[in-house]
Amino acid sequence: MTETQVPVPQKPAPAVEASPEHERNSDITVIRPASSWPQIQFNELWRYRGLLGVFVWRDLKVRYKQTVIGVAWALFQPLFTALVYTFVFGRFAKFPSENLPYPIFAYAGVLAWQYFSSSFNQATSSVVGNVPLVTKVYFPRLLLPIGGVLVPLVDLTLSLTVLAGMMVWFGVVPSALILLSPLFIALALVTALGAGLALSAMTVRYRDVPYAIPLFMQVLPFLSGVMYSLTALPEKWQWVLAFNPLTAVVTGWRWTVLGGFSPNPGQLAISVAMAFAMLAVGLAYFRRSEPRFADTI
Amino acid sequence: MAVAISAEELSKRFRIGQYRAAYGTLRDSVSAGVRRLRATGHVHQPDETIWALKDVSFEAREGEVVGIIGPNGAGKSTLLKILTRITTPTEGRAEIRGRVGSLLEVGTGFHPELTGRENIYLNGSILGMSRREINRNFDAIVDFSGVGKFIDTPVKRYSSGMYVRLAFSVAAHFEPEVLIVDEVLAVGDADFQRRSLGRMESIGGAGRTVLFVSHNLQGILQLCDRAILLQHGEVAMDGPTADVVAFYEQQTIGQSSEVVWTHRTDAPGDDLVRLQSIRIVDEDGSSINVADVRRPVGVEIAFQVLRTGDAVVPKIKLYDQHGATAFNAIDTSSYWHDPPDPGEYVSTAWIPANLLNEGRMSVDVDVVTVASPKLLPHASARLAVSFHVYDPMDGDSARGLFSGQWRGVVRPLLDWTTEER
Repeated sequence: MTETQVPVPQKPAPAVEASPEHERNSDITVIRPASSWPQIQFNELWRYRGLLGVFVWRDLKVRYKQTVIGVAWALFQPLFTALVYTFVFGRFAKFPSENLPYPIFAYAGVLAWQYFSSSFNQATSSVVGNVPLVTKVYFPRLLLPIGGVLVPLVDLTLSLTVLAGMMVWFGVVPSALILLSPLFIALALVTALGAGLALSAMTVRYRDVPYAIPLFMQVLPFLSGVMYSLTALPEKWQWVLAFNPLTAVVTGWRWTVLGGFSPNPGQLAISVAMAFAMLAVGLAYFRRSEPRFADTI
Repeated sequence: MAVAISAEELSKRFRIGQYRAAYGTLRDSVSAGVRRLRATGHVHQPDETIWALKDVSFEAREGEVVGIIGPNGAGKSTLLKILTRITTPTEGRAEIRGRVGSLLEVGTGFHPELTGRENIYLNGSILGMSRREINRNFDAIVDFSGVGKFIDTPVKRYSSGMYVRLAFSVAAHFEPEVLIVDEVLAVGDADFQRRSLGRMESIGGAGRTVLFVSHNLQGILQLCDRAILLQHGEVAMDGPTADVVAFYEQQTIGQSSEVVWTHRTDAPGDDLVRLQSIRIVDEDGSSINVADVRRPVGVEIAFQVLRTGDAVVPKIKLYDQHGATAFNAIDTSSYWHDPPDPGEYVSTAWIPANLLNEGRMSVDVDVVTVASPKLLPHASARLAVSFHVYDPMDGDSARGLFSGQWRGVVRPLLDWTTEER
């Protein structure tokens, strides 16, 4: 193998047959100044769905490259957290757990929380983490944070097997409500995407944003009812915390999967509205900042 | 033919601050905001701005290969980034017809942990190839790259040569109708250039439209039919490559391929001879400023002999672009054995085809008398003219099909003989 020489072609390259992709003038690219309130180009996003798939595939591939350890980590992390919670909050502090065995109560909460937290983190670092792409090739930048919230779904799915095992062990039988459970993961996705969009765009401009995030993320589980039941709080506080969409995510997820207490419909509505408001704000901020990414990154 | 790229008054403004500090910290912005709030009077000082690109308009027809040249900071990269949609213009508009692809570097998005096979899919998708297209070209890409059995090895274990070749190979099989290329790709091998620039048999009818950004004039001369010179963010010239390159060089180096002294008093010389003009010519005697390496090139010297009595001889000296002397030559023809009659003479020194290497050559011209062991100059024009030697890379020069760096002041096309023993 001659590794340092520039290869001299041995034979002419085969002629390329015309294909649908080569139809001439099939599309026109128009380049114009960025508008200050850019629309979301849904048809363009749709055309680039293949690339979104490739980004997700790349991240998963890299993550689980050394397969055994990769998957084990995905399972171990939430288990360990739930274990700590069980000892600290379940045994000593005797946190309320909606008449469910505390370990499974905590584990289910941790799963929903960890899905949110890793998608939010991935989405936030998605633009700055792909500098070589952002500065060298065009694609809708929205694909990056969207990919960021999709990748952790795989970890979540893997962990669900453990949850199922625990449900068998503790004899928790799910009702038909479990069919609604994906909706609460979707709510977590919307929340993570909204926050992640805004912060990924901010991170391009302000590199100290990522330092502030871990602090916030340490407090947030306490404000989301991950390790205790929100129903134990005074009702006034329940309404205040409803403005944090994650309360609905965690409560609703436990309600549909484990048969925990059902969320208050009014509080649920506030949470859902907040999540979509965050998504709208995040999208708007991201789209506004997007044209400057390559200049400032 | 139809227009493939049309740009109308593209402009891009940067805040100077963006140049100085590409990104800041949130703390800086907050404290700046607070300062602004607390300040009184005329707080809104407009940011200092700079137009990296100003009213750039041009068109490229289908199948045209257009080069964009200019000094550093002229706006080449900004234009490239606007046309590839990596950044947006501040003003103006452009339209590109047909599927656009851009190659600003090779191996964009290559991930070291992934295998060669996986990176082909990754890089291909990022460039804009569909999965079907990659599947169809997959074997050809692997073949062309020569990585063969290492295709399922993570590319972090590749030698840098293999890595680059794989990356080039993907790029070479990327076939958009409009290709926007940065000069990093000019270092690829000849087959790559041919493929990606559509120089091979084009796909039915018009070839691929290519926009090629570079400050490597040699590459531009080789590849482009037409060139656009950018200076200070504006189009300074747009025309046939040779003319634009010549104009640019004359501006930057202050040399051209022709010099004429109209007044006897300005002309170099003494009471014996006086130079009138010097120019670079091709075989037909037309003035040229770029010479095909495979053709002879002439240095035409017009001078006047003012009195008789001395045997004068014209002489040239060539330097390559690094200032190294390529050679000296004096006219050895018998014409100059005897002192000439007073009058006007035109001598042309013919430099044979396939002698000079590529690059810019500068020429000293003297008219001397021989007084062994010395040459006595009577009329001297130092670095009087310059011209470019380029290789169109058709495979019939001394390089063969190799297109990498070719060292040497000269590069003769030798006769090689081989016998099997």
